[in-house]
Amino acid sequence: MLKAVILIGGPQKGTRFRPLSFEVPKPLFPVAGVPMVQHHIEACAKVPGMKEILLMGFYQPHEALGRFLVSAQQEFKIPIRYLQEYAALGTGGGIYHFRDQILSGGPEAFFVLNADVCSEFPLQEMLDFWQQHGNVHSFVMLGTTANRTQALNYGCIVANTDTHEVLHYVEKPSTFVSEIINCGIYLFTPAIFQHIGDVFQRNQQELVLCPYLGEESSNGWLRAEVIRLEQDVFTALAGSGKLYVYKTDGFWSQIKSAGSAIYASRLYLNQYSQCHPERLAQNKPGGPIIRGNVYIHPTASVDSTAVDHTCVLNTIVGWDSTIGRWARVEGTPSDPNPNDPYAKIDSETLFRDGRLTPSITILGCSVTIPAEVVILNSIVLPHKELSRSYKNQIIL
Amino acid sequence: MRALILVGGYGTRLRPLTLSTPKPLVEFCNKALLLHQLEALRQAGVSHVVLAVSYMSEALEAAMREQEQRLGIRISLSHEKEPLGTAGPLALARDLLAEDGEPFFVLNSDVICEFPFAALARFHRHHGGEGSLAVTRVEEPAKYGVVVSEPETGRICRFVEKPRVFVSNKINAGLYIFSPGILRRIQLRPTSIEKEIFPAMAQDGQLYAMELQGFWMDIGQPKDFLTGMCMYLQALRAQHPERLHSGPGIVGNVLVDPSAKIGANCIIGPNVTIGAGVVVEDGVRIKRCTVLKGARIRSHSWLESCIVGWSCSVGQWVRMENVTVLGEDVIVNDELYLNGANVLPHKSIAESVPEPRIIM
Repeated sequence: MLKAVILIGGPQKGTRFRPLSFEVPKPLFPVAGVPMVQHHIEACAKVPGMKEILLMGFYQPHEALGRFLVSAQQEFKIPIRYLQEYAALGTGGGIYHFRDQILSGGPEAFFVLNADVCSEFPLQEMLDFWQQHGNVHSFVMLGTTANRTQALNYGCIVANTDTHEVLHYVEKPSTFVSEIINCGIYLFTPAIFQHIGDVFQRNQQELVLCPYLGEESSNGWLRAEVIRLEQDVFTALAGSGKLYVYKTDGFWSQIKSAGSAIYASRLYLNQYSQCHPERLAQNKPGGPIIRGNVYIHPTASVDSTAVDHTCVLNTIVGWDSTIGRWARVEGTPSDPNPNDPYAKIDSETLFRDGRLTPSITILGCSVTIPAEVVILNSIVLPHKELSRSYKNQIIL
Repeated sequence: MRALILVGGYGTRLRPLTLSTPKPLVEFCNKALLLHQLEALRQAGVSHVVLAVSYMSEALEAAMREQEQRLGIRISLSHEKEPLGTAGPLALARDLLAEDGEPFFVLNSDVICEFPFAALARFHRHHGGEGSLAVTRVEEPAKYGVVVSEPETGRICRFVEKPRVFVSNKINAGLYIFSPGILRRIQLRPTSIEKEIFPAMAQDGQLYAMELQGFWMDIGQPKDFLTGMCMYLQALRAQHPERLHSGPGIVGNVLVDPSAKIGANCIIGPNVTIGAGVVVEDGVRIKRCTVLKGARIRSHSWLESCIVGWSCSVGQWVRMENVTVLGEDVIVNDELYLNGANVLPHKSIAESVPEPRIIM
């Protein structure tokens, strides 16, 4: 019997996704026409023996989240629950806190997936790999290849080429360690909680040894419970014979910024042509001309007269926004170098040398763009009515 | 009467257009610049025009022959082999100009206005001085030659070229009429009429200013070319409104050659000139632009303050603005954004130009 835990974070996390995350929590933001975590849920539900999916995060109970859970349960016919952390406990702290819930029913193993990744989710392959190479005391991490420069932005894995055992793990090193990076998707057995528990004990002891003046004891307890899988657990497990890496060549990308949502969208749309061809729009006589992979929501209307000579490129247009005729709304894509098979999307800072880095243009919800203007490389916050052209600006 | 037009050399300020065609032949509001001037001169009774050029062009010579026939006036070429400035060419053409002892006109080839040659001639004969020049009021006189004159007689007291402090807002419009006596003042060497000849004449009380009525513009560079176009079309609306275009989707003053085709759902104007054989496809918005002969603007594009050169092809969903100038035969790919791009002839543009620059 298997379970899956999807880490969805909370409002203080994922702020690089603003202003898109103002309307809807980031894990529910649509990527390729479907909420971000639905891709995860769909992949988990396909694995035979999957009995329950747990969403874990520190969002307050949210109408959109509630509705999503109900509809997802109906569609995928599997129990899905939301476990709310009382505070941000880190990638390890949450699952440790809810370990009883995870272990109830006696699963032999459970997946843990970060919500903000876009992937082919080779979960069955990870399971097969674990059954061949591992045992009840071993864990599997999904890895993929990055290029030498970009690998420094991720968790780097050094593994034995034959046994695939993880010998060394460093999170975001400053010098080159390995091209194999951590995808944020793991397969654990109940034994993991022993290791996380060790970290928790260590944290508590450190607090006893060096109490900070003026800190309340409740805060102290909280800090002991904050556990990061990457820095605190994997680094220690590397070289112990318990952690393995399953390397995949399937598509994978982080979804940190709005620009990466467009890239992830493209990756999933590409996948649709094999797995969900019914989701792709088809060319119909009298309808809009469809080039490449396009998703059009059933309630959307693409009307030639309504769209009226506008040019929209590399842009995310928020809900209920309108764009006047002959307007041009354009952003700069931050796609990885197409010539490098291992290039990943850059996570650029918002500003560079005091100027806004050219990136995807984002129109928040209910934004009005007048006719005949140009909006270039700009971010427009929700409910704004523009009256002129803007370039390279954040419009509050 | 005779006239001298200072055509000059390569017309570098109006590049990239002048890389393909000599400046006098560039069409301004669907008519070669030179022709605007020649027609006005002929109407004022000029029978012989001398073109002072420093760069010989076959195209110019061929055009001259054609206009000679059409207008029934004589056109001569005075070719300076070394630069003679703005006064020297008069000395070079002295024989042609002074032949009949009558006053002769001199004009800068970049000037467009409601040419008042007959009035200027009358004004000149009335005061009997050696020279008269037309002046016009501008907002920024420091870019030009500034004139200070007596309000009653128009006699010029001072003539200051590009002054650094404000002197007056009346400037030299680049249209003159001189009595042949002036030729005694000018030698055959590089001479500036504004800096050397005029100040001396003003000192001698021999230079008079007549204020120009109506619009005036020096269209030697693209920005001013477009401003001048707006002024010309406005004057056309007042004097010959039947020459302007009207119809569905036409807004304000728009001049369209009869052989041009405009598609459905376009909005053209205000202040647009469309040349011969131009094709504008459906759903195009054009404001304040000149589109030269044979160009094609494809559907859903948006153009403001641009000059589209001869035989250009502008793709679909293109946005061009901020004095973008396309030289002859430029191709702009679909969905691009050109902001202040200055594109040399025969170039293919495959990438947007978000900030003003020159594309070679």
